[in-house]
Amino acid sequence: MKNNLLRLRGLLLLVASLLVSASVQATPVQLKIAFLTQKMPIAAALSNLDPVLIDEGVQGARLGIADNNTTGQFTGHQYSLQYVELAVGADVEQAFDRLLAEGYQYVIVDVQHASLLALTKLARQNNVLLFNVSLADGELRNESCANNLFHLIPSYEMQADALAQFMLKKRWNKWFLVKGNEPDDKRFAAAIKRSAKRFGIKIVAEKSWSFEHDTRRTAQAEIPVFTQGADYDVLLVADVKGLFGDYLPMNTWLPRPIAGTQGMVPRAWHRTHERWGAVQMQNRFYAQAGRWMNDVDYASWLAVRTVGEAVTRTNSTDATAIKAFILSDKFSLAGFKGTKLTFRPWNQQLRQPVLLATPRSIVSVLPHKEFLHPLTYLDTLGYDKPESSCSFNQ
Amino acid sequence: MNKYLLLLALFASTSFADTLYISLEKDNALAVVDGASGLLLKTVPVGQRPRGLALSKDESLLYIAASDDDTIQIVDLNSLTVVGDLPAGEDPETFRIHPNGRWLYVSNEDDNIVTVVDVEKKTVITEIAVGVEPEGIAISSDGLWVVNTSETTNMVHWIDPLQQTISHNTLVDPRPRAAEFSVDNKSLFVTSEIAGSLSRIDVASKQLEQQLHFRIPGVDQELIQPVGVLAHPDKRLLFVALGPANRVAVVDIQKMEVIKYLLVGQRVWNLAFSPDLKRLYTTNGVSNDISIIELDSLKVTKSLRVGHYPWGITVKDD
Repeated sequence: MKNNLLRLRGLLLLVASLLVSASVQATPVQLKIAFLTQKMPIAAALSNLDPVLIDEGVQGARLGIADNNTTGQFTGHQYSLQYVELAVGADVEQAFDRLLAEGYQYVIVDVQHASLLALTKLARQNNVLLFNVSLADGELRNESCANNLFHLIPSYEMQADALAQFMLKKRWNKWFLVKGNEPDDKRFAAAIKRSAKRFGIKIVAEKSWSFEHDTRRTAQAEIPVFTQGADYDVLLVADVKGLFGDYLPMNTWLPRPIAGTQGMVPRAWHRTHERWGAVQMQNRFYAQAGRWMNDVDYASWLAVRTVGEAVTRTNSTDATAIKAFILSDKFSLAGFKGTKLTFRPWNQQLRQPVLLATPRSIVSVLPHKEFLHPLTYLDTLGYDKPESSCSFNQ
Repeated sequence: MNKYLLLLALFASTSFADTLYISLEKDNALAVVDGASGLLLKTVPVGQRPRGLALSKDESLLYIAASDDDTIQIVDLNSLTVVGDLPAGEDPETFRIHPNGRWLYVSNEDDNIVTVVDVEKKTVITEIAVGVEPEGIAISSDGLWVVNTSETTNMVHWIDPLQQTISHNTLVDPRPRAAEFSVDNKSLFVTSEIAGSLSRIDVASKQLEQQLHFRIPGVDQELIQPVGVLAHPDKRLLFVALGPANRVAVVDIQKMEVIKYLLVGQRVWNLAFSPDLKRLYTTNGVSNDISIIELDSLKVTKSLRVGHYPWGITVKDD
């Protein structure tokens, strides 16, 4: 009712005068965004403490759509979201083809590594922009990068660099690396090693947790033996699915802090984050979803807001124009992290601060300003331009 | 209390006495400071998370937004006690009172609305749907325009107080915070926190006229986050609080150039003039103090610890 009145008034003003700056249009321009999620087999959890989320990501996208539509009522744009959830083993390319047939040009992807590689080719042929909200591995931002693929989630390398900068400042220069056997564990462990080298930190010991221990022995008995032998400042753990990492804190042979995938964790978002207006975001998300926002939700919100911001500023819905704007100097996104967020043109990764969190508090927000950079301090996290092996022309 | 009475007696005789009222966000209190001497007179308990505040037209009452209590409290300035409250929607933050002394416009950040309150009847006149996370409110001194900035929508919404509806919207730089009309009501100044910029918008056309991007040698660009903005009645100068850059920018309005940066306390947020225009006061959230600036010399002369998270400030002519 209120909106209709606003529109009517806007229309009258348009007729009456040419002074109207951002006019309220009679028929809003429609913009469709799709959210494609590929279900994963649910990993055997360490405990039943945390519920398995069935709406991860899409809740963030929904909030982004609501935010875009609040703005859209003044600019004459209307945003909608189609949520496509694929069962374990379903054909992702087929589902994507259906979205193409329906004319979707903006697709948020929460899919597995191999699926994303296949989708980038299809997307490129059809001038579709993809927004990766869940895959953090560096390969997608380097060798397998694609010029129609944007990364909203911080890469493992950005996360590991945040940990390394923090440790360096603390002079915790000797690391013990413990990694699991999953592909993502190996990717995160590789990122940890890269960061250690980058910031002059020494990995004094490295072990794989292989699940071959005697099951009659408890974690309290197993972990001290497992972590015995080396002296180190901090234990870094790479256990992305959370299959064993939570056993480490307080069970190590030496009294040492734990960081990485458990203990102090690098995050794009965390429920304890409240600075820079984040409280409002936390409240809005909780009111909508009935749970706290996580990294994938936040990345999905950012993806929708990226499109919304570009549509508002360019007053266009054309994917080519939107992409050009997103990569231009004029684009910036406010993401409740105290600084503007922009995309790195060399791999289309969103620059953003990384939060270091423990379950009930934010320990620090990285990068710290002591880590200098000629362009922006945010580029001290992850693959900087000279290090990037991404080539969009291949 | 004795000290307070003594000071009151002392300053009752001086002609340019002024009293500052400062909301202390983390102390749930209101600090009362004597402007000329720069002394803290009293701290008065108020509601939870007090932020925006303003005087009634006759300056007998103070309105203060108790954000976590979802209300605007009314403080009697003679007794310095809370004597009532106004309906203000959820989580009221910044508000302004229309020159008619009756309509109070307050932004409700979580609900994307601006609530219009009748301060005499103590009732809500209407709610106006605005962009995501409404923040700053400014009202032109001729009473013709009320503007509201929305932080995530990145717009200035122009509200026509006669209709109580939005008639225009102007897109501005990311995360617009505070707005201020020029003394002649011909221009509107808006600060954008994330962009680190100040925009001048032409009130007649509602179009962006000019922009100023703040740059301070030796200060990270990311730390320059313009917030509060105040126009000097001489029509020449504009003061902009730069948040964690810990500085107030003195801007030449005509040239839209910075004349000087004044180093103040940490995370400077809001600004107010003394009634005789001799002094400018700033609230500094992180260092828990206010800075006092002499306007003739443009020098910071004093800082005064007032309590935790000083947020808003308003000044009464005594």
